[in-house]
Amino acid sequence: MQKYVCEVCGYVYNPVKGDPDSDIPKGVHFEDIPEEWACPICGSGKDVFIPE
Amino acid sequence: MKDIFKAIRISDHVWWVGAIDWNIRDFHGYMTKRGSTYNAYLILADKVTLMDTVRAPFRNEMMARIASVIDPGAIQYIVSNHSEMDHSGCLPELIDAVRPEKVYTSVMGAKTLLEIFHRELPLIPLKDGDSLSLGNMTLSFLETRMLHWPDSMFSYLAEEQVLFSQDAFGMHLASSQRFDDEIDPAVLRYEAATYFANILTPYAALITRLLARVAAAGLKFRIIAPDHGPVWRKDIQGILTCYTQWAAQKPTRKAVVVYGTMWHSTEKMAQAIAEGLFTGGIDVKLMSMEACHRSDVAYEILDAGALIAGSSTLNNNMLPGMADVLTYLKGLKPKNLLGAAFGSYGWSGEAPRQIQETLAEMKVELAGDPIQTRHCPDQIILAQCFELGRKIAEKLQGFGQP
Repeated sequence: MQKYVCEVCGYVYNPVKGDPDSDIPKGVHFEDIPEEWACPICGSGKDVFIPE
Repeated sequence: MKDIFKAIRISDHVWWVGAIDWNIRDFHGYMTKRGSTYNAYLILADKVTLMDTVRAPFRNEMMARIASVIDPGAIQYIVSNHSEMDHSGCLPELIDAVRPEKVYTSVMGAKTLLEIFHRELPLIPLKDGDSLSLGNMTLSFLETRMLHWPDSMFSYLAEEQVLFSQDAFGMHLASSQRFDDEIDPAVLRYEAATYFANILTPYAALITRLLARVAAAGLKFRIIAPDHGPVWRKDIQGILTCYTQWAAQKPTRKAVVVYGTMWHSTEKMAQAIAEGLFTGGIDVKLMSMEACHRSDVAYEILDAGALIAGSSTLNNNMLPGMADVLTYLKGLKPKNLLGAAFGSYGWSGEAPRQIQETLAEMKVELAGDPIQTRHCPDQIILAQCFELGRKIAEKLQGFGQP
């Protein structure tokens, strides 16, 4: 599963782990995260994430 | 002798109660030639409120300045706009000493402060847009994540139009004067730009968005009170305009040639490139890493259009001074740069290729393959270097003056 990295702060979204703090369960692909989701570290939008 | 330290009034109800660090010269790699200040501010509202604190060793200085206007035990609220230790360093001791009713910080600030101090703190997290009544006045809060830590936020005192901007609009400058209009504007501009270049460049795009957001909200500032350096009360528009310009990272007709040399061969190549650029009408900064500090290179890159980097090869690698500055610059993520790599070598010659790879990772637009030569450059190599300078100069022609 493809990981995505935040170009602003370096946080890596790993679909294997999801983002439990934002209610994104394990196994959700980055593409399937809701558009209003924000980076849990820096608050940036999905648009600044690139494939790792 | 605590009474030697006095608070300085910056607005009707707001006092500067920070500390001056005349001697600090290094902020984790950023050379602070003029020292710094850690600014804390006291709001004498119905609810007496302290905005941020100071670096731990300066606690007594801050406490004495507070005590010059009010019994520190009267502080009811503390606000932490930024968790970094030069502003939060004496927060636990202060909380123990004054027993405030409440301590406010951002959501990320609450997490970060616990990870720093590993003890219970009476923290109340604030969300973007929250406001807090101080009785006769109101503070409102604006999250400014990654400007320059995830916890960073601004606080705004509407009644007196004071923006507490934590590290934004600040600078490392120790001075006995507290206000912008008391200090040479050229020094202010230089130190504010150096601060931006060394701390805020990676987040330039966020600054552009933040400035647009502040403008759209119609916030008016009579005072901007940052966490380092002087308080802005006169040229507020000036510093806002500078931030708009620096954050845009528009390239200019300026090039930085940075190099490390063993026996002056790479230096000769650097000079030839610089002459080519200069002949092509470009403002050139030629910076040897034996003579220049990485934070001075970062300052020069702030408005540059090109970064040309060279190194001799030492034991199959670039010189340590070049690895240092390139690691530092890569982290700052400067945008919109042209570039090239060069260097002389004795037998293996890895350095120019290593530099080229680093520039590519930095998304620098490369002008061509690295120029390299065994031992001392001859006239043919120097002519190639000069032509590289000319070629980059031509590409920079469409840009504005630095």
